[in-house]
Amino acid sequence: MIGMTSAGKRAGRLAVLMIGLGLVAAVLPASAGSGRTPQPQVDAARGGACVLPPEQMRRQHMDLLKHQRKVTVHEGVRGAPASLVGCIDCHASRSNDSVLGSSQNFCQGCHSYAAVKLDCFECHNPRTGQTAASAAASAASAGAKP
Amino acid sequence: MSQQPSDQPDPTRRGALGVAAAAVAGVAIAPGIHLIEVAQARPAGEPASKSVRWGMLIDASRCESGCDACVSACNRENALNSAVEPRQKPQWIRKITLHEVKTDRKVNLPMMCQHCAEPPCVDVCPTGASFKRADGLVLVDRHLCIGCRYCMMACPYKARSFVHEPLTAQNPAVPRGKGCVESCTMCVHRIDQGGTPACVEACAREGHAAILFGDLNDPNSAIARKVHDVATTQVRADLRLDPGVRYQGL
Repeated sequence: MIGMTSAGKRAGRLAVLMIGLGLVAAVLPASAGSGRTPQPQVDAARGGACVLPPEQMRRQHMDLLKHQRKVTVHEGVRGAPASLVGCIDCHASRSNDSVLGSSQNFCQGCHSYAAVKLDCFECHNPRTGQTAASAAASAASAGAKP
Repeated sequence: MSQQPSDQPDPTRRGALGVAAAAVAGVAIAPGIHLIEVAQARPAGEPASKSVRWGMLIDASRCESGCDACVSACNRENALNSAVEPRQKPQWIRKITLHEVKTDRKVNLPMMCQHCAEPPCVDVCPTGASFKRADGLVLVDRHLCIGCRYCMMACPYKARSFVHEPLTAQNPAVPRGKGCVESCTMCVHRIDQGGTPACVEACAREGHAAILFGDLNDPNSAIARKVHDVATTQVRADLRLDPGVRYQGL
């Protein structure tokens, strides 16, 4: 009876460990790992130094953005390094100037890989190099369509 | 042919007026007193200050009938293009005409969010999405808005709109999307950079300069001096909402 329980516990711990490892592998797509795990092929575009090291950005970017959105919307603090516009400026793909569009695009690629819903861009413009005038012009042409 | 009288404004003359208006903008009347205050940008990283209260003074006697420069400038700046039927289109500013039947007097004015000190939209919001910023601007945090539209019911100025359709091609500085209520932000993204609202600029460019924008709390600002000197009206003053947008010549 006692032996069975400890064996059961051991098996349970092993299962938890394996699930844990699986999760780590899933959310750390760029960790140079086993060739058996498919990796997302995202275009980091400009790349270079981000506001935090990549390992931290992968885990914390949503918290940074959520904090920043409160500070910006409610207090009016602009131009902080961890802003969504900052993300887009660096990471918009050079092929379509956007962080969305295909599984190669920075935000969409990783989010579809991790199966995490990405709803920032239902309101925010995912393209870089946009001004009020160019946005208005493209919105007008979009609105003109039936 | 070119001498034919026309209803259309002469574009070259309009350009010259714009240059003249721009030249006037920085003119000093006396040391330390400027005709139009150039708003100072807050240093980056600093929050909006409680010592400021942004406001507008709209001179209805200078607001021309048939001119919609402020409305189109607002639509352009905030990318308010919409394919839905007209009565559902988001509208942050609109032109209205008051007609006094007995005297037949007509007066035009732009109407938008009045940025009340006691905003009823903030009182009724169940999620805290509708809020008043430290500098008096009444805004919607779209991250929190659930689109219940209580605020639209509560606003006595009919200033708020609901977005009925999925949107693309927003101005990066003005995120907008389906399912949220929105209204005039006094171009908060421009104010935070030290700029002025798009409607104010457009009105000045047209040569009407009917809208004066500035800090009501700064006794040296043009708007505070004007409000001190001339009789101004709060629309629906009976509600005691203390709007930041005031009118003269109604």
